[in-house]
Amino acid sequence: MGIVSPGFQGRPRRGDTRLPPGQYLTEGFPVLSAGPTPRIPTDRWEFVITTETGQEYRWSWADLMALPSETPTVDIHCVTKWSKLGTIWQGVSLDTLFTEVDSAADFALVHSYGGYTTNLPLEDLLDGQAWIAYRYEGEALAPEHGGPARLLVPHLYFWKSAKWVRGIQLLLTDEPGFWETAGYHNYGDPWREQRYQGD
Amino acid sequence: MRGRLIWRVARLVERREETPTARTLLFQVPGWPGHLAGQHIDIRLTAADGYSTQRSYSLAAPPDEDRVELTVQQVPDGEVSPYLTQVLGIGDPVEIRGPVGGWFVWRPTATEPVLLVAGGSGIVPLMAMVRARQAAGSRIPFRLIYSVRTPQEIYYAAELRRGAPGLDVTYLYTRVAPEEVTRPPGRISVYDVNTHGWPAEFEPTCYVCGPTGFVETVADILVALGHDPRRIKTERFGPTGG
Amino acid sequence: MTEGYAGLGGYDGYGYDGYEDGNALAGPLREIFTVDVTAATCRCVSCGRTGEVATLRVYRHAPGLVARCPGCDAVVLRLTRAPHAAWLDLKGTTALRIPMSEDAVSV
Repeated sequence: MGIVSPGFQGRPRRGDTRLPPGQYLTEGFPVLSAGPTPRIPTDRWEFVITTETGQEYRWSWADLMALPSETPTVDIHCVTKWSKLGTIWQGVSLDTLFTEVDSAADFALVHSYGGYTTNLPLEDLLDGQAWIAYRYEGEALAPEHGGPARLLVPHLYFWKSAKWVRGIQLLLTDEPGFWETAGYHNYGDPWREQRYQGD
Repeated sequence: MRGRLIWRVARLVERREETPTARTLLFQVPGWPGHLAGQHIDIRLTAADGYSTQRSYSLAAPPDEDRVELTVQQVPDGEVSPYLTQVLGIGDPVEIRGPVGGWFVWRPTATEPVLLVAGGSGIVPLMAMVRARQAAGSRIPFRLIYSVRTPQEIYYAAELRRGAPGLDVTYLYTRVAPEEVTRPPGRISVYDVNTHGWPAEFEPTCYVCGPTGFVETVADILVALGHDPRRIKTERFGPTGG
Repeated sequence: MTEGYAGLGGYDGYGYDGYEDGNALAGPLREIFTVDVTAATCRCVSCGRTGEVATLRVYRHAPGLVARCPGCDAVVLRLTRAPHAAWLDLKGTTALRIPMSEDAVSV
């Protein structure tokens, strides 16, 4: 720990027993970006699930809007130590999208507009654990927060909830994504504090 | 001073008001290896519970033994600047890593004329260059174009008013200009740079520092006026750096 | 327990959807290399643009830094800092030309 500067408080933060280890509560919604914000008009937007055999399942924005949606209220945990509790989203459950998908794959690589990728086991996307979310706190998801739609997988660190999601590639072998190849943990469970490789 | 850089303990020795919202901080940093004008330092603050955060600040003056000078603009709702400008007490410690930066630097051994273009708090590393020139007794011709919103926001006002031989300073006001100034308030333009900078044929080295938008505008203007892009060095601050 | 890297000029906000330049890499890279690397030139593998590391577009995603080509936005360099290790990914550039001798910054 560095030397303490007397009187330095830092950004308002609180610990909380509902938080995973090492996290602080935040009131704001920090924007963290690894590149320029993609601007994707909804009439150009498309979401594709590609199986390990190359079979593709596509949804346009209109298709997505026509599917039954849910309004999950979830806690989110960023690897930079900030958490927000009780955030309200609206989106389509991945269970709904995967209803018709025929796959024997165990792994998923999520792709975003702009080139970002992140990987996770397919089973972590199912059973009510993940959504394609397009509304946040009652409003359309803003581009700087991943709009028009982002993946929402709140049980893992939030870098797995890929902004500007464009597709999911199903794979027989795991393929680390953008941050996973730069030292971040391959799985990222906040409750086991899996921030970096080797944690 | 080889080896990887480490964090050093620095203690506040003096704080001076530059403007109502900016302070110059003088730190004592035992073992300071010296630095070049244009370089910056990273500063780390740690709270009692172990939370810490970092910022980077340009060095405002050439080296003076183990003394290091920064000028910090207080940012509304900032996390670090209100602490540094208002709370950190004389004798209190922070951690400093540096000096760093090897591209946006000026050495007194360079022979070209120098054009400095500052947007708001971008004046800080450029002032280090002005002061380094003075300290070295250099005769290299310097021109400084300093864009600020209002006259009250000028850093180092008295020192720049005193001036120095071979240093020309032009102030450009973007919001409120003093009465005696004929140029109406407004953003820096091709005319301003063409009139108050060096002609491209003089092949000056140009240093541009300030908010991203300002730096990009000025760099484009310099290229349009014929300056070789390889002689234009830029340092962008974040959006509130100006 | 650091929040990660923060911008030059004392930028004191918390995250913004923009970029800074490669001067912001000076400190983090100086933790790894014993010479300044921001004056080094690098060539983008995507578009071939050559320029100093200091001219790259740096996006802050604490605790990782992503430096992109100002010409084509491709990722040139990534730097992640964890408590006990740093990861430096240079696969977006073919080689670094690091000035030595009297051109190099000696502090």
